[in-house]
This record gives sequence, C-alpha cells and structure tokens, in this order.
Amino acid sequence: MSDIRELRDLYQETILEHSKKPRNYGELASANHKAEGYNPLCGDHYTVFVNMKDGAIQEITFHGAGCAISKASASMMTQSVKGKNQEDAEKLFSLFHDLVTGNGNTDDLGKLAVFAGVSEYPLRVKCATLAWHTMRAALRGEEQAVSTE
Amino acid sequence: MSTLAKTPDVVAEISERSNFDVEAVRRDFPVLHQQVHGKPLVYLDNAATTQKPLAVIEAISEYYRADNSNIHRGVHALSERATEAYERVRVAAQKLINASESKEIIFLRGTTEAINLVAQTYGRKNVGAGHEVLITAMEHHSNIVPWQMLCDEKGARLRVAPINDRGELLLDEFEKLLSPKTKLVCVAHVSNALGTVNPIKQIVRMAHAHNTPVLVDGAQAVARMKVDVQDLDCDFYAVSGHKLYAPTGIGFLYGKAKLLEAMPQWQGGGDMIASVTFEKTIYNCLPYKFEAGTPNIADTIGLGAAIQYLNRLGLDNIEQHEADLLRYATEQLDRIPGVSIVGRAKEKAGVLSFVIENIHPHDIGTILDSEGIAVRTGHHCAQPVMQRYGIPATARASFALYNTQAEVDALVRGIRKVQEVMS
Repeated sequence: MSDIRELRDLYQETILEHSKKPRNYGELASANHKAEGYNPLCGDHYTVFVNMKDGAIQEITFHGAGCAISKASASMMTQSVKGKNQEDAEKLFSLFHDLVTGNGNTDDLGKLAVFAGVSEYPLRVKCATLAWHTMRAALRGEEQAVSTE
Repeated sequence: MSTLAKTPDVVAEISERSNFDVEAVRRDFPVLHQQVHGKPLVYLDNAATTQKPLAVIEAISEYYRADNSNIHRGVHALSERATEAYERVRVAAQKLINASESKEIIFLRGTTEAINLVAQTYGRKNVGAGHEVLITAMEHHSNIVPWQMLCDEKGARLRVAPINDRGELLLDEFEKLLSPKTKLVCVAHVSNALGTVNPIKQIVRMAHAHNTPVLVDGAQAVARMKVDVQDLDCDFYAVSGHKLYAPTGIGFLYGKAKLLEAMPQWQGGGDMIASVTFEKTIYNCLPYKFEAGTPNIADTIGLGAAIQYLNRLGLDNIEQHEADLLRYATEQLDRIPGVSIVGRAKEKAGVLSFVIENIHPHDIGTILDSEGIAVRTGHHCAQPVMQRYGIPATARASFALYNTQAEVDALVRGIRKVQEVMS
C-alpha cells in the first residue's frame, strides 16, 4: 500500500523502535544540569538530565511521556549528543531543526536523518524538537520550563 | 470492506428512518465534497467547529452584495434593511432557546466572550472576598479561567464538583458544595471532552434553593438538542454560533432580563448609550447596553441563516440522527482490541473520546489524517478532565448532522490502520 509507505516516511522503523524502547531513558542521579520541556497542545512532557564534565556531555538521559515522534527524537538525541561539548550539541540541534522544518539536508546528521519526513508534517515539528529545546535549556542553565507553544 | 460486522438492529433502525435524509443534507455543505490526501474527507471534528451550509455562506455574501450598512444609525434604506435583518436574528435566537423576550439575547463573539461578560459584570458586582464560585470537573477552559481570574481579583474561592469514572457529575457532591457563600454556579450543558449531558434542571433547582444563579455553557448543546431556557430555568446560557453551523466570531448570551438589567455596563462605546455629554452618560436599555460599537452584522445574518437551517431539518431529527451515530460508533469502537472510550455517561451526546493502548493520540491524529479523517487530538481545552483520567490527551471523534454510518466505518478502518502502522 503506497499510503502506508508515505506514512512510513514519518513513522520510520527506527523511529518506531526508539519510541517503544527509548535509549537513555530515566532520571540521572549524577545530573548537574536539568530542564523540563512541555508541549501544552498535545501534553508531551519531558525532563532532560545532563552530567557535564570537563566541558563535555558525559551522561544524558530523559524522562517523561509523549507521542512516538517526540519520544524517538528524545531517545536518538541523547545518543547523538553524548560526548559533545555545548557548542557542538547546539550546532547539531540547529542542523536537526533545519532538517525537520524543511530548510536543511541530511548531511552531518547521521542516524537523525530518519526525521526528514517530519518536514512534511508542520504540526509535528514541535514534537520532534521538544527534547532538543529542553536539552539546550538544560545546557544553558535556564530554570524556566521550556514550552513549545 | 470492513472486516467488522455491523450490528444488524442498529443498521435496520437507522435505515428505517426516512424523515432525515443525510445524503440530501450533505449536498448542502460544499466543504464536505473534497479529497484529503487522496481520500474522501471524513470530517469528525464537529465539537471544535461545524461546517457551514450553503444557505449560511450565501446569506453572508448576499448581505454584503445587497444590504451592507451600519445598523441602528442611518435612516436610509440600506441601514433600515440591515437593522431589520439583524434584529430578526435576535428573535430567531430567542426562539431557538425559547427565551421569553428577545432583549434577553446579547450578541457577542461566542461562548467564551459570553462567559467573560458575566464574570466581569455580574461576577464583579456580586462575588466578593470569602465567596465561592462553583463549577464542575468537566468544564472547558473557557468556563474555568474567567472564574479563576474573578476569584483571584476578589479573594473568592473556586470550588469544583467532582465527576465519576463514567464522566458524570456527582450530584450529591455538587449539592454538598452549595452554601450561602456560593454566588454563582457555572456548568457545561454538554461536556466537549466527554460528551456528558449534564442534568441542568436538577442542578438549577439545587442552586436556586440556595438563591444561587446558574450559568450554562451551551456551546456543545444548542446544535445537538432542543434547548428551552425557561424550562431549564437557568439564569445565563452561553452559545457559540460556529458550533451550530454559523460563522466563527458570532454567538450570544442569554440572561434573564431581571439579572441583565441589574448588571453594570461592560464595554463602553456607541450603541450602548442613550445619551452622552461630557458630564454624564445615560446608558441604553437591553440588549444594546451590552453591545457597544458596530457589531458583527454579517455573521449575525449568517447565524440567522444557520438557525433557519436547523429549524428546517428539525432539532429532534438531528438529535436522533446523532444519537444513532454515537451509539453505532460506540459499539464499533468497543470491538477493537486496545481501544478504550473515555466518558461513558448514560446521558451523552455527539462526542466520542478514545485512547488506543500504547499509542499517543497525536500519532492517532496524524495517521487518521492520512486517511482523510479529521479528528481532534489533544486535551480539548479541558486539561483538568485529562488529569482526572490520568491521561495526557485523547483522540476525539465528534458528530454532526451530516455525518454518516459509512464515515464511522471509515473511522474504524482508520483506527485499524493506526494500530498497523504503529505496531
């Protein structure tokens, strides 16, 4: 069925797999950075925990609930930014943001390229970027909960 | 073909009804006849807003073509025609909800504005420190936030009557919360998130026993059932036009004349005055007292056409048609493993909220959309309801007079597809 294929552009196997078995999921006792992100429109709600050591992301986890896109995005984000310094993590977010809003390409994004299909669903961009916004707030030490509304 | 068996008795019962021809009705709604993502549109987001029949679209356009003018001002022909048409709609609205006088109908933007008007006039005058405003746990944000704002301003307290797991108001608990401190009761006629129809008459009787007036949020009710404000004996009734097949941006507040007359002015401006000098302004009588400035004339004309359309089809017929659809949809969704309906009130209308095991409503919404099916997903502006059930959101199918059993079947196939894609 061709329409199934189109939907699979959004709900790629990798995305579904991560949404069901998210990596780095849970609270992080050693976190020295933490932020909360909330999408009031759909109720997605995540907390991102970061342990920064020697200027690099030593450990990063997330906890919370949301749709398949937001959860998979959070899961794959934690894998992608681990070991990076703040500048490189934010740069990756910027590339990712460009990808899901249809303004970028998949170069330099590695596995995150599976989110390219999101650009066809403008209402879902907030889902895909929620964890990223939250991570950035955690790294920047912003106290207030991030809201994508 | 759907692999699901239809319930024979329901199918027979619906097809036997000849006084409501849904296919003919559908021809009155241009927007329904389109493809979305290559599939015929199945519009099941009617609790958010209803589509507009051609009669409404044409009435607005005809008004601008032939009669456009300001009302209650000029003595010229166009102004007279516009004024007469506008005031005719007031009478139509009065009759729609059986108010005793047309001056009890105040035209406003919609339910939200109507509730805010009452909060800022009646509320500010009558609710003070130590007083209470009583609402229910199933209210839409528009029947929560204006009261929170008022209570914050006045040092009053917002009390919330609880609901049971089926989504029904616990009347005993509600009654216990009434006291001499209760200055206003505010309750939805039909819950937009759960579909529950509240027992307004009983609620009003209980509240009046404490001399407490009752405001009813009628946004989801007026297009689904016959409403009789005199029989309900409620004190205020708030309506949105766009949920009853009329344009957005127009609705009305019903208030008992005695209460409206005693209420302070709301917005100041033209039309709401009888005479103005720099020393003193004499305010206009009802209903103009609450209609400052040039109103939304064209959309009021559209509202009039919508009411006429509803009257022509007959609200009894519409109520029956939607009840049949809701019953059929409930039976079909109950047969799908992993699907749970949220809101099982005995008295229910038009709204079917559901969740699917391990699938977030947002994903349900996107996949149904790919099948051409429009449902609402989210908290439906009723976050406390979601908190009550411990869920972040639901998917909600809501029915209107133009929906068909075949569209319910499409929804069922769509839900199967959601489960397939997300498996």
